[in-house]
Parts: sequence; structure tokens; C-alpha cells
Amino acid sequence: MTTLLEARHVTKVFGGGMFDRNATVALEDFSLRIDSDRPSITAVVGESGSGKTTLARLLLGLVTPTRGQVLYGGRDLQTMSQTDWRAFRRDVQVIFQDPYEVYNPFYRVDHVLTTPVAKFKLAGTKAEARAVIDDVLKAVGLRPEETLGRFPHQLSGGQRQRVMVARALLLRPRLILADEPVSMVDASLRASILGSLRKMNVERGISIVYITHDLATAYQISENIVVLYRGSVAEAGDVELVVKQPHHPYTQLLISSIPLASAERTWTAEAVAGPAIQTAGTTGCKFADRCPSATSPCLQAAPPLFQTDRYRAVACYLYQGTPALSMDNMVSVFAGSGKTSPVGSGGTSMEP
Amino acid sequence: MKADVLRVQGLVVHYHTSLGAVKAADKISFSLKADERLGFAGESGSGKSTMALAILRMIKPPGRIEAGQVWLDGLNLMSLSEEEMRQLRLARIAMVPQGSMNSLNPVMRIKDQIADALRDHGAAMSRRQVAERVRDLLQSVGLRPEVATMFPHELSGGMKQRACIAIAISLRPKVIIADEPTSALDVVVQKQVMETLARVQKELEASVILVGHDMGLVAQFVDRLGVMYAGKLVEVSPVRDIFTKPLHPYTQMLIASLPSLEQKGTFRGIPGLPPLLRDLPPGCAFHPRCPHAVDRCQTDEPLSREVRPDSWAACHLLP
Repeated sequence: MTTLLEARHVTKVFGGGMFDRNATVALEDFSLRIDSDRPSITAVVGESGSGKTTLARLLLGLVTPTRGQVLYGGRDLQTMSQTDWRAFRRDVQVIFQDPYEVYNPFYRVDHVLTTPVAKFKLAGTKAEARAVIDDVLKAVGLRPEETLGRFPHQLSGGQRQRVMVARALLLRPRLILADEPVSMVDASLRASILGSLRKMNVERGISIVYITHDLATAYQISENIVVLYRGSVAEAGDVELVVKQPHHPYTQLLISSIPLASAERTWTAEAVAGPAIQTAGTTGCKFADRCPSATSPCLQAAPPLFQTDRYRAVACYLYQGTPALSMDNMVSVFAGSGKTSPVGSGGTSMEP
Repeated sequence: MKADVLRVQGLVVHYHTSLGAVKAADKISFSLKADERLGFAGESGSGKSTMALAILRMIKPPGRIEAGQVWLDGLNLMSLSEEEMRQLRLARIAMVPQGSMNSLNPVMRIKDQIADALRDHGAAMSRRQVAERVRDLLQSVGLRPEVATMFPHELSGGMKQRACIAIAISLRPKVIIADEPTSALDVVVQKQVMETLARVQKELEASVILVGHDMGLVAQFVDRLGVMYAGKLVEVSPVRDIFTKPLHPYTQMLIASLPSLEQKGTFRGIPGLPPLLRDLPPGCAFHPRCPHAVDRCQTDEPLSREVRPDSWAACHLLP
């Protein structure tokens, strides 16, 4: 089994040192592995301030981890050679949240598509370039003749975001990182953008990391899910287990707060008070101050991951009867991880 | 049968641009009963915010209310003078704005912003009475008394939104219009803010109009739901009926496109794009995207009618 992209014990602290009062721990001891053997869709879910976007930027090599490493094909993003970096830039593509800000309003939308073609020499002639561009536009459900030659303001938000998906596809990446790709798109178009992402996964074998605050779309698209709370993993594993029978009190709160469009299911329990400002050097479970089941051990040390099911791990002392799991073995509980490697060994095979 | 507090009849709002009139709200009619919660859902550009602003006569040029009447307890708001209307806003109809982040004054303390509204609407109160009122208001929206002396930047998004609710209810209005009150908030905070709004609505016995793009959120809160498409109100039904038996094809497709937590399915988006509001197709505005469209849909504009008790829809195909 080979690994495509890996985050290994990554911590990112903004401002000041580790014990500085003003320091913000955006992400703490986070590990994740995306395998190259099997195209997967992994969702990372969290509220604002949970470290989602920091994670995306770390995985893209746009920010340097304070501690830990991000590796692509076994090489550290921070120290890799120019050639490797170029390959990484080509193989890992990103789709950002805002389909308005990513365009330069003075250029036609063609610009975002022709630039990568030229930069990565994807086509020899103009006609070839046009053929590759047409191909990816059709793949995301856009008609090239209605899209090319227009300015960004002449396209709707949904169309612009689909052009971004097309741009990502152009380079035939192995991994697409989508950071809130549909949060600024209307409901009726959201489904089609997520649909085209899933199509990419199935038809072109591209792995997807889907970062979002929206559990409902994460559930719809992904196989495995990681729930982040203030920079730490609260619960991770098979999306069916995590969403249908959440174990961590935070996941339970999150799922019970989702307003669902149905007449049967209505909000019941009162929501727990909002989070205080997060400070560096907090010991104990970060959710303890909001948790209805918090006890004294929760305040003393952060809980490790406990493997409660074959395909799920929960960072909560309520489940301390189950075997503890080290952070870098988190992906061993992912559904599908057992299909390419023997059960249980999934997490260790990568260690150097 | 409860009396109607607010009645909107044939409201038409156009934005006049160099490319022609943008028909942002077209012949909108509905009524709001006492202590009722009525929701309006629709995609961006469907005219929901325009409609909310038009009720308060807060449409700014190049926008203009072209026609229609808004009756509040037997008073036609369109016949009032600017000054009468200004006095009536907040006192009788209040608005919780979209993006509370940007609607508070960043250099004023919360208590001064609340007191400002009270004084402007002629409440003769001593300084101590004002302070007491501010404290009560903050308490009723679940904020600590210390918040009174804070500046907006010291508050979290959810707290700011609650401060906006406190201002909105400061003169005990009978109608509260909330335009996407939680659009930038996390789900847990969103739920808290909506619970706060629900609580103050009960206390004041006010009616609420909730405008939002999130069908799920609106559905959790309201008694009746209106669905807007291309500036028109295509359906208004009790919330239970709209999810079990939606009438208008657009409502049906919109509901089917929502991601559910119950079952994983294939994605069913609505093919095509919403029409340009300055260049609406003839007949029913939804016909180019409607799978059931017949010839008549391309020529005749369907009118809203009561298809089943308490449910109104504008579609030729309905019996």
C-alpha cells in the first residue's frame, strides 16, 4: 500500500510560541493519510475555528507546520526539490470556497483554464488545448460554447464554481482538496457540483478531501469523516456510523443542531452554551466546558482516540473501555482501509 | 381563526438599471396571522430580501415599489409619509438584519445602540430606566448584563446577532422580520439564535416573517412556508404539507435536491439556471426548467390560487 498525501502529527500555532498567551492553536497533533491505491472521499467537518481551513492550507503546503510534517509521496512538502514540488502542484488541486474571489474580473474565464494548459504544457497546439478544455468543461456539465469567452460576472456562482472544478480536473490530479466548495452556492446547484465531484472520484479515480461545516453534504458525498473540534479530532471513521450513531458528545450536539428539511424531525434539546475563546496550553479535553458528561479526568488530560468500533475512533473518556489508538493510526478505522490491506495492519505499514 | 396582522397585496418592486427593469418582486400577496411564524425560502436572487425590505419601505433607488399595498392592522403603509413610516419601523414592525456582523456600529457600546433606538422613538425615560430596560432586553435574548458596556468587536457572531434581536424587540413590535438572521453562524450557534428568536416571539406574542435560503432552517422554525422563484411567490403551504405533499414542481425539485441525513442517495440538482430577472421568460418563469411543462406554461402566467385548504400555489398543472 502506498500513500499519496500524509499529514504526520501536524500542529499549527499562530502567533507567539506554544505557551504564549496570545497563541492560537489552530490544529493540534493531526494525522491523516490518503492512500493512492484506492480513490477515496474523505470529509473533514468542523465549525468555524475548528482548524478546517488551516488543515487545507497545510495539506497544500501553503503554510508551514509548527510541528510535524506533511508528506507527498513520502517527501516532506517543506524540503522537497523543485521538481517534486512541481509534480505535487500538478497532482494535488484545490477548489476554494468563494467562486467570486478566485477570478480576476478583468480576464475572461478562459484565462483560468488556458494558464494551467500553458504552464504545465498540457497541449501542443491551440486546437489540442481547446479539446482538453472542452473535455473538462463537459465533464462538469457545462457547455463550452456557452462558457468560454465570457467574463466571470456573466456566469452564475454555480457555473463559476463548476469552472473551478473543471480547472482542477484539467491537470488530471490524483487528489482534489475541496475547501467548502458549495457553501456559497444555492441549494439547487449544490447537488450538481457535489455530483460532479463524486463523478470525478468514480470515473477518473481522483481522491477527494472534502472540507466543510455542513454535515449533511459531507454525509452525502463521503465514505469516511473526521470531525474536528478546536483543532483536535473528536471522532473519525465510517460516515454511516459517525452520522447515524454519533458517539462523541460534540458530534451528537452537532448532529442534533442541523436543521433538517423535514416535517417529522424537529429540533428538540436545547443547545449547549457557546465556546469560550480558545487559549494555548489548555490541558484536558477541549470540549469539557460544554460537555454534559464531563468528569474530572476530562479536565486533566486530553483523551486519546479510542477505537469503539471496527470503523470508528472517538476521542472521549466515555469510551475508555475500548482499545486506545494512536493518532497516526486513525486512518486504520476508515471504511475501505481494510480492503486494500489486512485488518489491523493498515496503520503501521507506512512507518519508515 | 386568528386575525391577520399583516397583509401584503400585489407587491411589485423593480430595480431600474441601464439594461432595463429588474423585476425583483412581482405581484406578491400573502397574509400573516397573529403569533404566526411565516417563512420565505428561495435561492439567491429570488426576491426574498427585496420583499422583506419592501414591506418596511426600505427599498433604495434604483429600486422602487411600483405597485401593491401593505396593510398593518388596517393601516396601509404605502399611504404613510416618510416620517410616519420611520416612527412605525422598530415600534410596530422591526427587522433583524442579514449579517448582524455589519449592522452594529463598531464604535458604539451595545447599551448606547439599544438606547439610541429607544430615545429616537420618543420613549421618555430617565438614564436609570434606560439602563434597566437595556439589562432586561439583554437578559431576554440570553446575554449577560456585562455585554451592555462592550463594543461589537468584543462579541462573537452569535452574541452580535442576539444583540440585534434585542434592538429589534426593544419597542415590543407586533411583527418581526428576520432576514437570514443566522447566515454566517455555525450550526450550534444558529440553533441557539433561532431558539432565542422563538422565545422572544412567544413573550411578545409577535408574528415573525423569517426569510432564508436554507429550507431546513426555515422549516424548523415556521408554521407556514412560502417558496419564491424569480421574484414570484410560487407556493405558500403549512410547513408539514409542503414537505410531505409539495404542490409546485419547483418546490418538489428544491426539496428533492436537499441533502438528507437519513439516506444517502444520488444527487438530484435542478437542471438549468434561474432566469435573469430583467429578462424573464413568458408564461411561467419556471417553465424552462420544469419537467412537466406544457404549451400553456410558455404563454400564460399561472396565478396563485388555493389548491387545497390553506395551501396556495401558482401552477397550471395543479387541479
